[in-house]
Amino acid sequence: MMMEAPAREPVNFVGLLKDAVFAAAIAFGLFSLMLGLKTDQTLNNQMVLVPRPGLLFTVVGLVFVGRFLIGYWQAINAGKIKKRKAAATPLALKIEKYGTAAFVGFLFVYPMMVLGTAGPSGAIKWIDNFGIQILIYIMLGWGLNIVVGLAGLLDLGYVAFYAVGAYSYALLATSEPVKEFMAGAIGPTFWPLWAFWICLPVAGILAAFWGVLLGFPVLRLRGDYLAIVTLAFGEIIRLVLINWVEFSGGYAGISSIPRPSFFGVPFNATESGFAATFGLEFTPIYRTIFLFYVILILALITAVVSTRLRRLPVGRAWEALREDEIACRSLGINTVNTKLTAFAIGAMFGGFAGAFFAARQGFISPESFVFLESAQILAIVVLGGMGSLLGVVIASILLVGGVELLRELDFLKAYFGDNFDPAQYRMLIFGACMVLMMLWKPRGLISVREPSVFLKEKKAVSSDLVKEGHG
Amino acid sequence: MEVFVQQLINGVTLGAVYGLIAIGYTMVFGIIGMVNFAHGDVFMISAFVALICFMAVTALAGMTGGAVFLALLVALIVSMIVTSLFSWTIERVAYRKLRGSFRLAPLISAIGMSILLMNFVQVAQGARNKPIPPIMRDTIRLFEKDGFVVAISYKQILIILVTALLLGIFWYVVQKTPLGRAQRACEQDQKMAALLGINVDRTIAVTFIMGAALAAVAGTMFLTYYGVVVFSDGFVPGVKAFTAAVLGGIGSLPGAVLGGMLIGLIETFWSAYFSIDYKDVAAFSILAIVLIFMPQGLLGKPEVEKV
Repeated sequence: MMMEAPAREPVNFVGLLKDAVFAAAIAFGLFSLMLGLKTDQTLNNQMVLVPRPGLLFTVVGLVFVGRFLIGYWQAINAGKIKKRKAAATPLALKIEKYGTAAFVGFLFVYPMMVLGTAGPSGAIKWIDNFGIQILIYIMLGWGLNIVVGLAGLLDLGYVAFYAVGAYSYALLATSEPVKEFMAGAIGPTFWPLWAFWICLPVAGILAAFWGVLLGFPVLRLRGDYLAIVTLAFGEIIRLVLINWVEFSGGYAGISSIPRPSFFGVPFNATESGFAATFGLEFTPIYRTIFLFYVILILALITAVVSTRLRRLPVGRAWEALREDEIACRSLGINTVNTKLTAFAIGAMFGGFAGAFFAARQGFISPESFVFLESAQILAIVVLGGMGSLLGVVIASILLVGGVELLRELDFLKAYFGDNFDPAQYRMLIFGACMVLMMLWKPRGLISVREPSVFLKEKKAVSSDLVKEGHG
Repeated sequence: MEVFVQQLINGVTLGAVYGLIAIGYTMVFGIIGMVNFAHGDVFMISAFVALICFMAVTALAGMTGGAVFLALLVALIVSMIVTSLFSWTIERVAYRKLRGSFRLAPLISAIGMSILLMNFVQVAQGARNKPIPPIMRDTIRLFEKDGFVVAISYKQILIILVTALLLGIFWYVVQKTPLGRAQRACEQDQKMAALLGINVDRTIAVTFIMGAALAAVAGTMFLTYYGVVVFSDGFVPGVKAFTAAVLGGIGSLPGAVLGGMLIGLIETFWSAYFSIDYKDVAAFSILAIVLIFMPQGLLGKPEVEKV
């Protein structure tokens, strides 16, 4: 251990070693049972304990080394005076502005780039798993950002509105009476082709309605209590979806949901399909690319609407509400309406994203709408820096994209053996990231805030001056 | 009537488990004003530690009556120690630094910790249900009517007795010892308590340890009662115990026990008389209703809003 450190007078190695030994002892206490012994079932269902001393001592050793290195790093940096960060420069705002434009441009050419480099068969994975998956979370993040970031209402049940959107579309699109009615009124091919485009706004409106419905009882609650009640609502909706089998299909969910069409032109190999209509060779990639653009446009609409809303009276009222509810009420702002509009508009975007999700998957079940999803969306908003649209993008790419990347790390099997599956560690790493992010930057990655209203010139507000979550 | 009495016994047993977990929530909320979201998972870990311990002892000593009793005792004590260590480490690593930070930071850190613990157990011990061999299956027949036997099992008696005993000890610690006095002082005003020479950090750490030790008792009893544990078992009991804490009035210790009993009873009666499918919906609805209409709970003090 000692040789890693260059000889420096002030570093107290004995103290560091003591710390490291202490940490290792704690780790041994924590893990000797949980990691050192594994409960296994034999073929005749007997429970047996399998000792794993190697793993235990590796982990304890890692904790020892890790604690020592962290202590050493802290010790050599202790004397240095931290350079004070200049309070948010206009430059940071400029970077955000032009960076955003460049990034949106990049997103529009992304499918083509991937198609060019990876070819049609390899591109699906990159557009679907990375592009679409990340964009869905960006959109959800931006939707939740209205509730949490702007209005300061901590919502742990956002996934409920995502579920409302998804089930609205799935139920309407697969319902026989609606199909028959439409077939009778317009034509037999109309509903399967246009269901998505008609149901998308309906799903948004229904989700907004649920936002008001669930928002109404919690108007008086604040902070942690609000968080827990919204969590309860989210769970209640999921449990009802599981148990009300006649309505939602229970655990089995709803399958064969119609896919969106290219405004009436289906993506299939038939004469009237997309490829034939435009004189292209049929591959499934066109639908994926089309879905990518649909979610991209939906996400951009969310972003534009939320930036514009911020400047309207209602948006300013949201931000005032976030800063201080009592002052807000004293100034004559109707907090009831302000909160309900935040819930409704946030929920509406969740509903749009849900309808898109159902259309993209073609199958939904309550398993997709567990609490973990809510936590993940909230984590994206908070890690990005509440109120910051760009922050949500960065956090989504890091969290969702990073987790997806773990599935690609199959080469690690060469080192750890065939039983090693990196994907099973993704939620473990995700949870650790949430904790570490809070310890390192509790205000999120982008904690500079651009003021929505200003006199003469914009001055960025350092996040240390604002407080969220008291709503 | 027979069904009623039987469900009453079952409900009180379940309520004892919820009450013990709820104390951890209520104490931490009372002292630092945060919802320790990871507490449910600490409870789950305690059940796993107890399971491993129980298996280790019975593997060495066999499955005779005395050995099973010894194994349970060892499992309980080891689980209390290891779980306390977990809770202490969690507080030290994930919460302590965030104490002065903005209000959402500890909650989000706790949610992250909860996800971390759940997946740690899944990776370390596997995702399958972990059963233990059935133990203490004997019951005492209380009375019988029209073929329906009302019975109380030794397990249930043990759970209720241990809970009552621990609550007594716990009450004594909080009310009569210097440690309890320091805790109550920190609850009222941390800065003032620190000025008067109380080690606030240590007091908060001890609060986490006490909450975890009681959760470990609940975890061991949960394991003996249901005979099975799985990595995702922390979430729902955790939320229910939190509901219990809120129902009883958060920050109030008798309230947590009362709330736990009520939640346990409501859940068993709901399952017996209405529908077992919706029992979790019932618990979650109570949480929402209590927070909306009676946020101070049954025994809590109303929160005064200061400008």
